[in-house]
Amino acid sequence: MTAASITVSETPLVLYVLRRADDALVLGHRLSEWCGHAPMMEEDMAMANMGLDLLGQARELYGYAAKVEGKDNDEDKLAYLRDVRQYRNLLLLEQPNGDFARTMTRQFFYAAFSDLYWRAMMASRDTTLAAIAAKSEKESAYHLRHSSEWMVRLGDGTEESHRRAQLAVDDLWAFTGEMFAVDDSERGLIDAGIAIDPESLRTQWLATVARVIDEATLKLPANDWMQKGGRIGQHTEHLGHLLSELQSMQRTFPGATW
Amino acid sequence: MATPNSPLWEVFIRSRNGLAHKHVGSLHAADATLALQAARDIYTRRGEGLSIWVVPSSAITASDPSEKGMMFEPAESKIYRHPTFYDVPEEVGHM
Repeated sequence: MTAASITVSETPLVLYVLRRADDALVLGHRLSEWCGHAPMMEEDMAMANMGLDLLGQARELYGYAAKVEGKDNDEDKLAYLRDVRQYRNLLLLEQPNGDFARTMTRQFFYAAFSDLYWRAMMASRDTTLAAIAAKSEKESAYHLRHSSEWMVRLGDGTEESHRRAQLAVDDLWAFTGEMFAVDDSERGLIDAGIAIDPESLRTQWLATVARVIDEATLKLPANDWMQKGGRIGQHTEHLGHLLSELQSMQRTFPGATW
Repeated sequence: MATPNSPLWEVFIRSRNGLAHKHVGSLHAADATLALQAARDIYTRRGEGLSIWVVPSSAITASDPSEKGMMFEPAESKIYRHPTFYDVPEEVGHM
């Protein structure tokens, strides 16, 4: 890799928007990894569609983060020229695709949150974020519907699909707590009405998740120990590999266009 | 690809400016709900539709291609069934 990493002035609002942009980009990239590999053509298309929804959200958020920062950065630089420790996404979203059940479980846990999150963010005092929320909410609503239907069919399907779905739920559960975490830099934005307090979404999130998991004849893990670190750049070993693939072109041929 | 648990479905889309649902293709899905989702993901990606029907392909009764002589040729000689022998008054406009 030859292109040097950029630095970003992470004011609270820049950091807040970057975190959501990284969420969308990383999960969107994970979904794109299924392209050409899905168990059936119909799901290949569905996952690519959802990946493109997320990529669209990421672009708008990166563009806004760059504008708020007001420096020389743009959406491409923010996506392609930050190191793994500069990424601010949730650990849940960088977890490898695994099998189809694991990908759908990851999607389900996140979509159940993002659907509520974007709907609430439509009331943000930041008009740009409110506009992005209005577009993203419809997309997230479909992601939730899609992944919920699959959770039920995988959990309540065959012995094999049930086993795989339960394993994914058990493994990914510890990454769900991070969605509701708030640090000092976000607390100020919440008080200013720019961000919403994710804690206010937790009860409804848990109700949705529990209902679907129950219909799927699966069980939620009893343990409530939660992993965290993604929001401050402490990632699992998987994100570095993802970024090396995602960034290789721009790192090798800086500014390449076609 | 073999999809033993996924029967075939026929997809019909009503476009923005069309009145009737039109057949657009088919897909594999385990049940009606997933078929509807897959139809949305495959056939409405470019804003093609406002309404989707999915129908199990097995529910369609089709004419037998080997009987097309009996079924359709008798109509070919009945040109008087086409309303082309009437003069349409100008005032009627486009019909």
